[in-house]
Amino acid sequence: MSKRKITVAVTGLNNIDSPGPGIPVIRALKESAEFEVRIIGLSYETLEPGLYMHDLVDKSYSIPLPSSGMDSLMSRLEYIHSKENIQVIIPNFDAELHSFIKLGNRLKAELGIATFMPDLETFESRHKSVLYEFGEKNGVKVPKSKMIYSPNEIHSIGNELGYPLVVKGKYYDASIAATPEQANNYFHKISNKWGLPIILQEFVSGNEVNITAIGDGNGNCIGAVPMRKLYITDKGKAWAGISLLDEELLTIANRVIGNSKWRGGCELEFIKTKEGSYYLLEMNPRFPAWVYLAVGCGQNHPEALVKLALGEKVTPFTSYQNGKLFVRYSFDQIVDISEFEKISTLGEL
Amino acid sequence: MKLNKNIAVSENGFIFNPVSGDSFSTNPLGQEVIRMMKDQKEKKEIVKAIAEKYAADDSTIEKDLNDFFQMLLSYQLINEHE
Repeated sequence: MSKRKITVAVTGLNNIDSPGPGIPVIRALKESAEFEVRIIGLSYETLEPGLYMHDLVDKSYSIPLPSSGMDSLMSRLEYIHSKENIQVIIPNFDAELHSFIKLGNRLKAELGIATFMPDLETFESRHKSVLYEFGEKNGVKVPKSKMIYSPNEIHSIGNELGYPLVVKGKYYDASIAATPEQANNYFHKISNKWGLPIILQEFVSGNEVNITAIGDGNGNCIGAVPMRKLYITDKGKAWAGISLLDEELLTIANRVIGNSKWRGGCELEFIKTKEGSYYLLEMNPRFPAWVYLAVGCGQNHPEALVKLALGEKVTPFTSYQNGKLFVRYSFDQIVDISEFEKISTLGEL
Repeated sequence: MKLNKNIAVSENGFIFNPVSGDSFSTNPLGQEVIRMMKDQKEKKEIVKAIAEKYAADDSTIEKDLNDFFQMLLSYQLINEHE
């Protein structure tokens, strides 16, 4: 059977020590059994490694940062679409999703570009600052947390949550503070980098286990693969991990995705306590950077997302292989200055 | 004495717990014990077999075996050990 040709634009080409999911998503799409995919890379910076991976990314364009506003992003996407005839866009950054969700209807109506993301309300409902309420609504335990805008609030909330506690940024970064002084330091460090608010979260001790999953927006979990990190970088990112057989965790993931009617890819981060209880730490609203492990285990989630975006019916995956590892590596690409010049000056490569 | 469900043991004595993601290596004697556990042998049968093969008294083997089971318990490879 010949494969259907399709053009998919993907962000998150920053395959660095804190990697974006773009390159793993692209690898998954390139291995699709149904599609012959032409990949358009969308980048924010000129040194995103994916820009120079020509075996994976067929053509790249720079796009404006989310802070530039939606009109600026829309007009850039119109230009790229006029050149490339994009059928599907898969945004992979937390910080850009708000803009893409808001533009979703316009992209479809004006340009015919499909996306597959949650609506704004569902997207906001799993935000770190309201995760506790999300957990209550969707039948999953969540450590208590409070959102703060000033370090003056640390004292009273620290007394309430107890120490150690976790200090988290709005989108990224988390540190464990053993004392109010440490919490104060982390408040400044993280807020300087990612802005306010800061989230203070109750510390739950145990093993971290994560799930990459995809929901169809109608309450069905199309696929889910649990993973435990085996090697963690100093940024807390998984550099190696292994797929797990964990029925209870899958049941919880199915419940969360089903109840919330999640639409699109996501990552659920849990702590499994010694007693065997699961606490949801975060729900990231896009595929994780380790999503290619799911492909290795027999579930191609990015391919399923493309089909869902195109309005096709997707049968939920029913199995995957446990005991599959991913082991990341770094790789030096040699890039001619002319390529760097092209993306830097023309915004295209 | 039974290993927990889904615990995978290779011919080389490499043990993988797919629920926790943990993996372990055992020495040849540990492999023998694990193999007997997989064959549903009772503790006293394992003690007898090891004691005969290595010319040691039952009480010494039983003591070492209890330590070994305690380790398996702490690694969540078995559920109980009396």
